[in-house]
Amino acid sequence: MQQFLAQASSNGAASPRASASPVHLRPQPKREKEAPPAAAAAMADEHQELTRAFSGMGGLGVDETALVSALGRWRRQPEKRTQFRRSFPGFFSLSAGAAAGIERCEDEFVRHLEAEFSRLKDAAVLWAMHPWERDARWAHHVLHRAHPPPVLVEVACTRAADDLLGARRAYHALYHRSIEEDVAYLVKDANANLLLGLVTAYRYEGQHVSEELAKEEAKALAAAVKSAPATTKLLVQNEQVVRVLATRSKPQLRATFKIYKELQGKPLEEDLAGEPCLQEAVKCLDAPANYFAEVISAAFKDDADKQAKAALTRVVVSRAEADMDEIKDACAKQHGSKLVDAVAKNTHGLYRDALLAMIGK
Amino acid sequence: MATLKVPAAVPAVADDCEQLRKAFEGWGTNEELIISILGHRDAAQRRAIRRAYAETYGQELLRSITDEISGDFERAVILWTLDPAERDAVLANEAARKWQPGNRVLVEIACARSSAQLFAVRQAYHDRFKHSLEEDVAAHATGDFRKLLVPLVTAYRYEGQEVNTRLAHSEAKILHEKIHHKKYSDDEIIRILTTRSKAQLLATFNYYNDEYGHRINKDLKGDPKDEFLQTLRAVIRCFTCPERYLEKVARQAIAGLGTDENALTRVITTRAEVDLKLIAEAYQKRNSVPLERAVAGDTSGDYERLLLALLGQE
Repeated sequence: MQQFLAQASSNGAASPRASASPVHLRPQPKREKEAPPAAAAAMADEHQELTRAFSGMGGLGVDETALVSALGRWRRQPEKRTQFRRSFPGFFSLSAGAAAGIERCEDEFVRHLEAEFSRLKDAAVLWAMHPWERDARWAHHVLHRAHPPPVLVEVACTRAADDLLGARRAYHALYHRSIEEDVAYLVKDANANLLLGLVTAYRYEGQHVSEELAKEEAKALAAAVKSAPATTKLLVQNEQVVRVLATRSKPQLRATFKIYKELQGKPLEEDLAGEPCLQEAVKCLDAPANYFAEVISAAFKDDADKQAKAALTRVVVSRAEADMDEIKDACAKQHGSKLVDAVAKNTHGLYRDALLAMIGK
Repeated sequence: MATLKVPAAVPAVADDCEQLRKAFEGWGTNEELIISILGHRDAAQRRAIRRAYAETYGQELLRSITDEISGDFERAVILWTLDPAERDAVLANEAARKWQPGNRVLVEIACARSSAQLFAVRQAYHDRFKHSLEEDVAAHATGDFRKLLVPLVTAYRYEGQEVNTRLAHSEAKILHEKIHHKKYSDDEIIRILTTRSKAQLLATFNYYNDEYGHRINKDLKGDPKDEFLQTLRAVIRCFTCPERYLEKVARQAIAGLGTDENALTRVITTRAEVDLKLIAEAYQKRNSVPLERAVAGDTSGDYERLLLALLGQE
């Protein structure tokens, strides 16, 4: 567990920002590691720029170009962002207890920053946050604002097992409840059991797959799909279906889906067209890159609503470090055009620059 | 609370390994030596011994044990030597694979451990069995039990002390209503028991007691053959008074003709470093006989000697 770095005075690389804001915001000099002096100085400059970018709260404006260039430079380097969060104690506080080890945003500052960086929409703040905190905040927002559950399914199914646990821990620290409590209490429709299962899963992460089991479960799924129209319950309420989707490891599920396609002649997602939550879960578990590519292109449609557009920021920020390359490939396959071109065409201004910087070449 | 007695001057890890190796060599095994070493080392020390033994002799300590010893003694030594998380994972795997409605080991593991410990169990389970715990539980448990057990083992409860009293009141009412209508496996009951934090649940149960004049478990006493009700009661007892629940497990293991060695081993090895003293005190209070004496009376040989060592006898 990393300790909060005591901010000793370093090579004088940063002086306390002379911010006119009444907020107790004093970016501390960050601690250099064993980096050689030249690299250290460069890093110090980057930090300076970024803290300058973030410190203009209180009405003196923010340096958006600096932020956008940092987004590009720090692409694929989560340690740099962690260091930045550490060196910014007024804004990011090390959370104690269950979520120890991640630095969380103070809520007040989140709102301020969102306003200040509004031209970048909330990409800036989301980008700087620890991914676990991000996921926890999204989950909480979706649960408490009666937005449809897609975000919850996305977070639960596309994150690695340890990241999902981290998000659950962050949720404890932020909201003093467990995520499963809130899901169980607030989701009252047919999808409740599926969502609860997805959110509490800690899937085996290895590659070991049992072909027999995959065959057995593919048959079970096929039987469930076939008998669904005759019963009054939806497929998403079928215990077998929920059990398989919520507990099996991802490689195992992919094997199962493959066999299903061979047996039935079409992929499982097609048979689930009438149940969006279930369909989405299957898509996210089977091929997350394709799912994300779909979400992104939905944001560019003419009739896209606010949530579809917000999804663009969400997907880019959360996947920039993860599987952005696969998503780019999926976009190319689905639409024939490259992702960067689509983004460049459909978004504008600094928001566009920020997105492109995060997507990378 | 813990009954484990570790000597004030613990020998070096290398010495322990050497002694253990000697205990296995030649014809037969020096069980007394094994008990005198392993039975008096805490989890960190045992882990160090296992690591050093494997490095020095190229063989896992647990492997040597299974080769040389057998029976209840072997099971007890192995369970004891494992790390707490691994031990729980092994017990959980056994309980899941051989699941039947009267089996409450999973309830013990899910409810009488902290959130972090339960999570460590799930991780150890991955490493050892290449499956997730919830997969195996879901695949073997059936019906209402599966509805209850899967969320129970996958919970990652909030561990803080914050309690919402209004919620405690309303959920106590919900519980009462469902129980009153005998809807024991209702979704709401399962939701409340498997997701709320321990502090919140204790507040809810207290409010239940205040409002309805008796404890919630009293209302769950129905047909003694109804295993689901028993499981619900076990869940609640593990939250509210784990030592008394485990005392009952130990008592039932010892009482009557014959002994349920598996249950006795489980209680003693999983709690020796936690709260076995409290369990022993509860046992004495309930049965007017010290737990050590009852164990000595009901078990024999090396198995007995190991259990007594873990109970703190010199």
